[in-house]
Amino acid sequence: MSAILTIGLNHYLLLSAALFAIGLLTVATRRNAVAVLMGVELILNAAALNFVAFSHYVEGTVGGQVFAVFIIVMAAAEAAIALAIVLSIFRHFKSIDANDTSTLRE
Amino acid sequence: MENLTAVVQTTHHFPWLFLIPLFPLLGSAINGLLGKKLQDRFGKQAPHTIAIGAMVAAATVAIISFANLLRLDASERTLLDVVFPMIHVGAFRVDMAFALDPLSGMMALIITLIGTGIHVYSTGYMADEPSYWRFFCYLNLFVFSMLLLVLGDSMIIMFFGWEGVGLCSYLLIGFWYKEKKNATAGMKAFVVNRVGDWGFVTGAFLLFWGLGGGWSQMPGQSGQYVRDLPKTDEQVRALDDQVSGAHVDVKTVAEVEAPEAEKGEHGMLEAKAPHGHAGRRYAVPIGPTVSFRELRDQLAITHDGKRPLVDGGTLPITVTTERPGVAKASQQKMAQFEGLANKTVWGIPLVFLICLCFFIGATGKSAQLPLYIWLPDAMAGPTPVSALIHAATMVTAGVYMIARLNFLFVLSPGAMTIVACVGALTALFAATIGLFQYDIKKVLAYSTVSQLGFMFIGVGVGAYWAGVFHLLTHALFKACLFLGSGSVIHGMHHLTHHREHHAHGHGHGHDSHRDPRLVADPLDPQDMRNMGGLATLMPWTRKTYLIACWAIAGFPWAAGFFSKDEILWKAFSNGSTLVPGWLIWLVGLIAATFTAFYMFRSYYMTFYGRTPSAEHVEHVHESPKSITYVLWALAGLCLIVGPVLGFPALIGKLWHGEPVLETWLEPVTQFTKLTLVGERAWKELPAVEVAFMLLSIGVATLGWYVAKSLYFDLAASEARLLAWKSKYRGIHSLVFDKYRVDEVYAATVVQWFREFADLFAWIDTHVIDGAVNMMGTISKGVAWFNSAIDKYLVDGAVNFVADSVIFSGGRLRRLQTGRINQYLLGVTAGIVVIVLVAYLV
Repeated sequence: MSAILTIGLNHYLLLSAALFAIGLLTVATRRNAVAVLMGVELILNAAALNFVAFSHYVEGTVGGQVFAVFIIVMAAAEAAIALAIVLSIFRHFKSIDANDTSTLRE
Repeated sequence: MENLTAVVQTTHHFPWLFLIPLFPLLGSAINGLLGKKLQDRFGKQAPHTIAIGAMVAAATVAIISFANLLRLDASERTLLDVVFPMIHVGAFRVDMAFALDPLSGMMALIITLIGTGIHVYSTGYMADEPSYWRFFCYLNLFVFSMLLLVLGDSMIIMFFGWEGVGLCSYLLIGFWYKEKKNATAGMKAFVVNRVGDWGFVTGAFLLFWGLGGGWSQMPGQSGQYVRDLPKTDEQVRALDDQVSGAHVDVKTVAEVEAPEAEKGEHGMLEAKAPHGHAGRRYAVPIGPTVSFRELRDQLAITHDGKRPLVDGGTLPITVTTERPGVAKASQQKMAQFEGLANKTVWGIPLVFLICLCFFIGATGKSAQLPLYIWLPDAMAGPTPVSALIHAATMVTAGVYMIARLNFLFVLSPGAMTIVACVGALTALFAATIGLFQYDIKKVLAYSTVSQLGFMFIGVGVGAYWAGVFHLLTHALFKACLFLGSGSVIHGMHHLTHHREHHAHGHGHGHDSHRDPRLVADPLDPQDMRNMGGLATLMPWTRKTYLIACWAIAGFPWAAGFFSKDEILWKAFSNGSTLVPGWLIWLVGLIAATFTAFYMFRSYYMTFYGRTPSAEHVEHVHESPKSITYVLWALAGLCLIVGPVLGFPALIGKLWHGEPVLETWLEPVTQFTKLTLVGERAWKELPAVEVAFMLLSIGVATLGWYVAKSLYFDLAASEARLLAWKSKYRGIHSLVFDKYRVDEVYAATVVQWFREFADLFAWIDTHVIDGAVNMMGTISKGVAWFNSAIDKYLVDGAVNFVADSVIFSGGRLRRLQTGRINQYLLGVTAGIVVIVLVAYLV
């Protein structure tokens, strides 16, 4: 019981992998551009969680935490730009379906 | 080395000589470029003010230069002006240099002063001419070319002038080019002159070659001549400014520069003045040259009493070699000279050949047999042109050239004989044609040819000063005669103009079937049969014409008496020509008789003969002052010049010895004097000379008397004249038709050249054009082949690459679905594959 309750590195990694998988699945399956963005956020968070987890188990370093902070900032910036793009896609196509925007193909 | 001497021509640098030809050139340029505008805006005085201004300026500089020449010692009378170096290739050096020596100084004065007079005359004569400016442009250009010819220091500059006067002659003969006759006459003059020009150039080239010049000098092939060392202009000028005596000792020297030293030897004899000019030196360049002075100086070098450069022999020279990095080395050696007089080409003496070529040039320009045919036709030009170009100046260029090259001609008795004989024959031949001409200008034209013949007798027998003296007197009296005839024609023109008008008014056609031998064309202002009795209408013209006739016929005191007599006497007493002197003298004497006859014939036919008709009185008037003043100036000079310049030595001995002009020209003809000694010297026969003088007066009187008795009163003698004409019809027509020489030329030379030209035209159309067209066809074939390669091989390769890219692109673009999910799927699948591969392999 205690062994199960004691949270170790493996748990973090499992959570992170689960998050990554969910994120990937979201990105791969959803057509809604906002949903795709949310999937990307999940993937980024999975990576950030991995950094923090590994960093916790390495003595005397805070590099992982610092990276996590960078990733969060970067994710925010990315979300801001991406949402702006999505907004202008919506204005242009009257839709945010990623598949509707495939006009460059031609 | 004391026995080495040279007779060097000392020169003085005089930097203003170039102005003499420059002013007329400027005048011509202004009138040529702006003349029409100036004339339209300011009227006709603008072009002639410019032209006469240029002439006066040129004459002023010429007089100043001449005065400078006079101040110098006789042996030093040469002014030199090197304006700029022109061509310096090896030993061939041509500078734009002008030289004023006694001969060219005299010519420059004749050209500028008579030229100015004729410019003034033209303002009256050409007053009705619309393209007045063009006339003065050409006239100034002519004076420029003539001055270039006369003042040029080398044969090349002389040749520029020679060609220039030919061009101007062409332009002015064809001045009224709208009539085909005039244009044709211009072309004839030009083409005939080309033959002479060929002679001139060939002579100059032969001379240059004969002196050791060549295309390129190979090592060890320097020939027999030590060539001229090219010097910088400063050095040449410095040398030219240095003074020395006429006869000087020569010490040997030479300077050689490195590159030339390898090719051959160059040397300069350095002459040292014996007395009075200590320390001054004069260098005599030896070798090929086109400069008259340098040529004469080197021919005059004597060593041991011989002239090595003329007759062959040795000359001590020092050759100094200086090369970079090598010590300067001097070497004394005896140079061996073959001598110009010993050289032959195909067995013909080179000097003879050179002189002959130059003489061919002279026959072209100075209208001698067989190239005289252009001069009578040249009378198609305006009369002032006939006076200036075809009597006073240009046609004497040949005489001037031979006098300039006297040191060369005197080396070849054969050439001298040819010159004298051609001169004598021309004098007689042209005089006989002149006997029966009715066109007043034609009479004067043949008279000019004949008088030029006299000049060639003079220069041919070695009496250069006499030839040149006749050139001077002829320039004066013939200019006066031509201008007088111009004045008459000017007056007659009003009459014929009136007649023409009248004829048109009544609808009479022009009778073209009239025989010119028998009846005059009433519309021809130049036909003497339309004149007669003009003495009272044109008194001033008559008087000046009479004075000029007096001069040309050789009556005492007038100019021609002194010059023609001197020529005839020198011809008789010369020892150089290969035919006996008395033969030349006799031919000349007969020609002189004819001269007196035809000149007085023209005088009486024009001014007497019959009383003037009412038509004449109404329309013919004396010419304006611009014309008569010039006539009086020339007539006055005809009376002054003879006794002042040419009083015969025989009589003059009591007074001043040699004639002034002979003494004056002595520096120029010095070499001739030194050569014509011994067998070739003049005979001294005072009694015969006096007898001949009286004989000359006698034949002149005879000519005058016959002319007067036949033509003074035509009413009395007309029947007799017509009877003779029909009796000797054959010979009269032959002579009247100028011995039909033109027809003979037309049938032979001209015909051949026409056929030759046709042949070349055929070759041009068939062979040359065929070859060109064949090349074109070949090019076309090659181009077609080339374009095929381009189209199918090069373009094919390029298009294949492009097509395959398009094809594969078309296939590959199907992968681009544009569905982001699929891409991501692809990425994921790829990662999975990579991970699996990484783990499993």
